[in-house]
Amino acid sequence: MRYLPLGQSDREEMLKDIGVSSVDDLFVDVPKSVLLDTPVDLPKTAGEMQVERSISAMARKNLGTSQAPSFLGGGAYRHHVPAAVDHLIQRGEFLTSYTPYQPEVSQGTLQYLFEFQTQVSMLTGMDVANASLYDGATATAEAVMMAARVTKRKKAVLSGGLHPHYRDVTLTQARFMDFAVESADVDVEGKEDLTALIDDKTACVVVQNPSFFGHVKDLTGLAETCHEKGVLLVVAFGEVVSLGAITPPGAMGADIVVGEGQSLGNAVNYGGPYLGLMACRQKFVRQMPGRLVGETTDVEGRRGWVLTLSTREQHIRREKATSNICTNSGLCALAFNMHLTMLGEVGFTKLAKINHAHASLLVDRLEEISGVELVNESFFNEFTLRLSKPATEVVDALVEKEILGGIPVSRLYPGDSDMADLLLVAATEVNTVEDMDALVNGLKEVL
Amino acid sequence: MPTHSISGNRGLQIEEQLIFEQDNPGQTGVDYPDIPQAKNRLGGLDREGEIGLPGLSEPQVVRHYMRLSQKNYAIDSGVYPLGSCTMKHNPRLNEKMARLPGLADLHPLQPMQTTQGAMELMSSCANWLCTLTNMPVVAMSPAAGAHGELCGLMAVRAALEDQGYARTKVLVPESAHGTNPASAHLCGYSVESIPAKENGRVNLDVLKEKLDGEVACFMLTNPNTCGLFENEILDIAKAVHDAGAYFYCDGANFNAIVGVVRPGDLGIDCMHINLHKTFSTPHGGGGPGSGPVVFSEALAPYVPVPYVVQEGDTYRLVEDEASAEGKPFGRMKSFHGQFGVFVRALSYMMSLGSDGLRQVARDAVLNANYLAVKLEGSLSRSYEGVCMHEVLFDDRFLKDTGVTTLDFAKALLDEGVHPMTMYFPLVVHGALLMEPTETESKQSLDQFIEMVLGLTERAKGDNARYFEQAPRMTPRRRLDETAAARKPVLKWVPPTEEA
Repeated sequence: MRYLPLGQSDREEMLKDIGVSSVDDLFVDVPKSVLLDTPVDLPKTAGEMQVERSISAMARKNLGTSQAPSFLGGGAYRHHVPAAVDHLIQRGEFLTSYTPYQPEVSQGTLQYLFEFQTQVSMLTGMDVANASLYDGATATAEAVMMAARVTKRKKAVLSGGLHPHYRDVTLTQARFMDFAVESADVDVEGKEDLTALIDDKTACVVVQNPSFFGHVKDLTGLAETCHEKGVLLVVAFGEVVSLGAITPPGAMGADIVVGEGQSLGNAVNYGGPYLGLMACRQKFVRQMPGRLVGETTDVEGRRGWVLTLSTREQHIRREKATSNICTNSGLCALAFNMHLTMLGEVGFTKLAKINHAHASLLVDRLEEISGVELVNESFFNEFTLRLSKPATEVVDALVEKEILGGIPVSRLYPGDSDMADLLLVAATEVNTVEDMDALVNGLKEVL
Repeated sequence: MPTHSISGNRGLQIEEQLIFEQDNPGQTGVDYPDIPQAKNRLGGLDREGEIGLPGLSEPQVVRHYMRLSQKNYAIDSGVYPLGSCTMKHNPRLNEKMARLPGLADLHPLQPMQTTQGAMELMSSCANWLCTLTNMPVVAMSPAAGAHGELCGLMAVRAALEDQGYARTKVLVPESAHGTNPASAHLCGYSVESIPAKENGRVNLDVLKEKLDGEVACFMLTNPNTCGLFENEILDIAKAVHDAGAYFYCDGANFNAIVGVVRPGDLGIDCMHINLHKTFSTPHGGGGPGSGPVVFSEALAPYVPVPYVVQEGDTYRLVEDEASAEGKPFGRMKSFHGQFGVFVRALSYMMSLGSDGLRQVARDAVLNANYLAVKLEGSLSRSYEGVCMHEVLFDDRFLKDTGVTTLDFAKALLDEGVHPMTMYFPLVVHGALLMEPTETESKQSLDQFIEMVLGLTERAKGDNARYFEQAPRMTPRRRLDETAAARKPVLKWVPPTEEA
């Protein structure tokens, strides 16, 4: 077997040194009744060619977003990732290293995470950022628990424009932590006012910008309302590229910022792995979950980096830790860090502007179709349409034409009949004029 | 005579500045076409001012990360015997498979008729995991081991709530990973610790005494973090169930028994599986991982959404609680889990097959016992007899040498190998926990043994200073962690702002 270096003679020699006659003798502590004599009932060893054939066959049964005009968003976005990124993250020293517990031989990982933390704090306009969490949804739940620790209050208010998965993960966590969560009514129109839900028992308000439905909102007033009542404002985002074009949460008064970082460096991957971003004000850093990398010096006075403030973490604090997180999204954070380094200030802001321009041009064309009505007054690269027919039917009909035309909102709000006609459409830099022609013509035929 | 180079570089170890210090304003590594003319619909919220991102061209970026990579140790570089971390070879076929068009470019919310192959793949991966563990159901969505622990405990709590009372406590052995108590806390439980017996196993008598009506769950790592199989596990399972509690198994050490013992035969109710350990998906410098959780019939109804169901030749994702058949306790993560990691793990499982996976466990255990036997004459082994996939030593062999476990580990860095896990588990003093895995050759183990024995001899030869000053030859020497924590510098700031 190609992954197992021991040969039969090695094994025999080693057994002799150990002083047993068979490997079976090394399993003496296992009760006989549960020890298997033969392999379980699954296929036997296979070569690279066979495995590649089987998995490729499964891949061919799918319609990938690079094989069809595709306008899907909803918290996962297809962007162009420069070739160098995927090449560099596969360097074995990055790909096959562990969490940097021995900093003397992990400076590569530690330095890129320090750069990553700096980039995330710049994008969000916040003081500090951590070295990543699992994804946008779990980061949102962590932010709510963090706000509870900071404020010593046990109620969160969730905006009706929050991604339904971010909401559900937060609700799931809250249920087990004996924590109250008030979800505002679904905010399709982007006009909600959360003031009435905020009181002096509220730990935090969580609002997404741009919202799940695409609205771009000024949160300054909401931040003031929160702060008057000692409430933290948590701002979430599902599309990190938006931060290249719109006012960052930090400039609008956010206390904690969380979001999905997949768009930079990471493929859509049928939903994962992605990376959760989290940033906050300096004064809350000791309540932050997740790994943090800090600058220091070595015994020769040379600058270097280490994991720091680990007294917040589970391996030191056990049940008193700020979170149970151990493994995070290291390699996804590296891809993010590399992609953003490739882009730089000029590239990133241009990327954001192209995204917005593509979405804006697409809206102009879609609005001319009879049976299509734009819900949004504002948006970045994603918006909501109200169709004259159920969106699921429309999307299914578009699939017949090999077009991935968007996300029927009802898929994320099952059982809510008000959502049936709503379609969420995203456009990024990868969408060509031909893609847009295909969608526009397709919709004209289907509606 | 000068002793340092002019640049500070040491041959191939090149000093590399932060990207922010290499800023060439206006430069970029990505060329885009011109921005099309279009109406601005940002609602008047255009971002103002500079973000502060540095400008670098592609050659600069490539060189930057190449140089950073050269400052890292990795399993590709050599033996990485971190106990309970299972640093095994990461086959490159798996990387190729995860990047196939039709997998990497699938959006999670595409219509399900366009992702039948992806759901087939998830279902196949789930089937391998269920068969290897002899458990009926698996929740694929948890993102990592600790996330899987939380998932398992949430199911336990949901099941108990259903029976009328959630109970208040979770029991863990004192040798448990720190994530166990942290996960229990996140599930609303208090934690009590169970001591080990002299042979390093759970003290069943104490466990039985503690198993009262308040205990929701007993969490056990098996083989445990001392590298020992819990030989009374069937009695433990019975005691736990007799008390009306559930039995959680931390599957971090599944590599020792995959294909040889099925956890479902041990009476456990749920176990997370670190795909980034046993199933070879890369650790990536700290993730992404994936922590599917297998469940017994008793907990199966509470499995969180989403999950894949097969109806004839068609696959479908059950994404919301209302349309689920059982009583799912909720959702752990956005979308459907770490799909890209599933692809890699399936590629690995198909490559090894049922016979190869069984050989994995047997070779992993053989390698660990070989280390044990070769080293126990010079180092102090904590528990005698055979071990499983990892072997535990403590610092008695360093007594009166002035050398600590930490010093010993740092001296190994100068030998060009990554040290073992240090100071964990907490049940022995100055622990050194070694897990070689099955992907080390005998030659590689012999070299490692030679280094460890040589250092042991050196430690016993009045050389404390040598160890205190180690490492000397690594990209950085010992770093001041106290200073880093006292006044945290967590991001780069421009020099002018700093002043």
